[in-house]
Amino acid sequence: MKFTGTKEYVATSELQMAVNAAITLQRPLLIKGEPGTGKTMLAEQLAEALDTPLIQWHIKSTTKAHQGLYEYDAVSRLRDSQLGNESVKDIANYIKKGKLWEAFTGDKPPVLLIDEIDKADIEFPNDLLLELDKMEFFVYETQERIVAKHRPIIIITSNNEKELPDAFLRRCFFHYIDFPDKETMQKIVDVHFPDIKKTLLAEAMDVFFDLRKVPGLKKKPSTSELVDWLKLLLADDVDPETLRSKETAIPPLYGAMVKNEQDVELLQKLAFMSRRKG
Amino acid sequence: MLVDFFQTMREYRVPCSIREYLDLINACKHHLAFADLDDFYQLSRICLVKDERHFDKFDKAFAHYFEGIDRLDEVLMSAKGIPEEWMKSEFERLFSKEEMDAIESQGGFDELMKKFRERLAEQEKRHRGGNKMIGTGGTSPFGADGFNPEGMRVQQGRSRHKRAIKVWEQRNYRNLDDDVELGIRNIKVALRRLRKFARQGAAEELDLDDTISSTANNAGFLDIKLVPERHNAVKVLLFFDIGGTMDPFVRICEELFSAAKTEFKHMETFYFHNCLYESVWKDNRRRSNERTKTWDIMRKFTKDYKVIFVGDAMMAPYEVTHVGGSVEHWNDEPGAAWLARMKEHFSKVVWLNPVPDSQWGWSGSLNAIRDIMEDNMYPLTINGLEDAMRELSR
Repeated sequence: MKFTGTKEYVATSELQMAVNAAITLQRPLLIKGEPGTGKTMLAEQLAEALDTPLIQWHIKSTTKAHQGLYEYDAVSRLRDSQLGNESVKDIANYIKKGKLWEAFTGDKPPVLLIDEIDKADIEFPNDLLLELDKMEFFVYETQERIVAKHRPIIIITSNNEKELPDAFLRRCFFHYIDFPDKETMQKIVDVHFPDIKKTLLAEAMDVFFDLRKVPGLKKKPSTSELVDWLKLLLADDVDPETLRSKETAIPPLYGAMVKNEQDVELLQKLAFMSRRKG
Repeated sequence: MLVDFFQTMREYRVPCSIREYLDLINACKHHLAFADLDDFYQLSRICLVKDERHFDKFDKAFAHYFEGIDRLDEVLMSAKGIPEEWMKSEFERLFSKEEMDAIESQGGFDELMKKFRERLAEQEKRHRGGNKMIGTGGTSPFGADGFNPEGMRVQQGRSRHKRAIKVWEQRNYRNLDDDVELGIRNIKVALRRLRKFARQGAAEELDLDDTISSTANNAGFLDIKLVPERHNAVKVLLFFDIGGTMDPFVRICEELFSAAKTEFKHMETFYFHNCLYESVWKDNRRRSNERTKTWDIMRKFTKDYKVIFVGDAMMAPYEVTHVGGSVEHWNDEPGAAWLARMKEHFSKVVWLNPVPDSQWGWSGSLNAIRDIMEDNMYPLTINGLEDAMRELSR
């Protein structure tokens, strides 16, 4: 099993090394990087490349660690007991499997994506230490030990909103997805739009990297925004000339790349200034 | 195996433990990287470094280990017979803006070069003495072979590694190191020390204990009880000094503000200029007509609000101590009186100062305010912020 990227996903050699190390040594892989550099996509593409199921666990601010293992629905059991329902005798009827349980008991070793782990409470990663380490946990209600049949390949993504605890980090491999350089970016675009007009692409890339250089932008456009923007440019059949002309100064369809009111305002100001200079 | 490598990492304060070291060895055993420095660089970084903040330290340690050379010595060795202009441009490439400023402040580039040359004379003797380290490596930071006869590198056989060597020598990650930067995330983590949870708001969590006991009381009929979720209940008042000498610190104040806004549910922000007087304002555009009386603040907010002043405290001393000292208006009472009043009303008050604490010594107004704050003035760095939060939550 060796991951080398897929038809739709360009993996740098560092990323390949990270993924392969995680697969071989059966460690969770923690992925960080600017938003939009393809962290979540990695898990999807990895599952596809290895031809195994993908189990996604999206973390929210209210997610608790044990929800990934199992949940015991005490309220419905209480209600059933009042209604004299037969199923109440077996507690197992009220245990709901979580994503980790699902991943532990699959037939093939699946890819488990724990998405945006930094959104959860600060203690969340600590609560999963043993489970990720030993790949097993204990269900108290049924006195049952769940051990992973196959160790799943775990991909964890983080957007850096919270610091992750050291004990947790020590159990993971870590890779920081850099913002792709022009060369890699070209590859990524080629993968998504094989037939894009060459000139349009070159111009668009220039505009894009220029835009990233504008000082003071709150949110710099990233790969996924570039891809969206190219889609729009193609759909609108924008002329490469328009992109090049300095008169407009604000790139056409900029809404796809700049997502922040203040940033749009900033760009408009800059455009105004450059027009005055011109 | 690789013990020295691990030790070097520790020396450079890359936070890696034995567990990670064993991981790396295990990975090598599985031939994930074999006889390829480039691969080994990637692999060891994946195994040992768990945060991009430490990439820079890792790169430095890696370069150090694989060159076996004290890099400063390298600089010294190559400082001979090189055109000064050329050196200068190289320095500009190698050193960051801050470092260049630091050089400037210590007598400028020429002075530095003079020191270098003096040191070079001593160094040369020592190394001629047969410290083999010099021989082994030597892509000097000044690179080109021709300039550096002594330190020339055995480079012929290793050209395939060039790309990776470039990676760690470029130190692409230098600005991710948290010793230098105070980002929003870091501020948030520091502010989090101030958390105090309490149950407030809408009842939406099942209170199992209460449900069971009231169901039992209810003769077995289900009686579900809910409790509100826990929230951070800390209440904060933020006062920002705005305008004038604070202008260079606008960015850091913005970061602090945006971090604080998401961390605290109960937070009020006010602005003042230089020193606190009888009124403050909430909106800078309408500061002249919409003001809040400082007395009203003390009446409205209870003493359990934590008060944080943010300001450089740099002004003329009489702005703090004298009646009529304010530069903007006539104040009937000195700023010191108002600050003392705030300190008295609220039980926890701190002052955060964006000016580095190394420069605090010589400002009279700063020390006056610091006295009023009973020494609770902290620099606006991660450490300072953590100390301040510790004080507030005590």
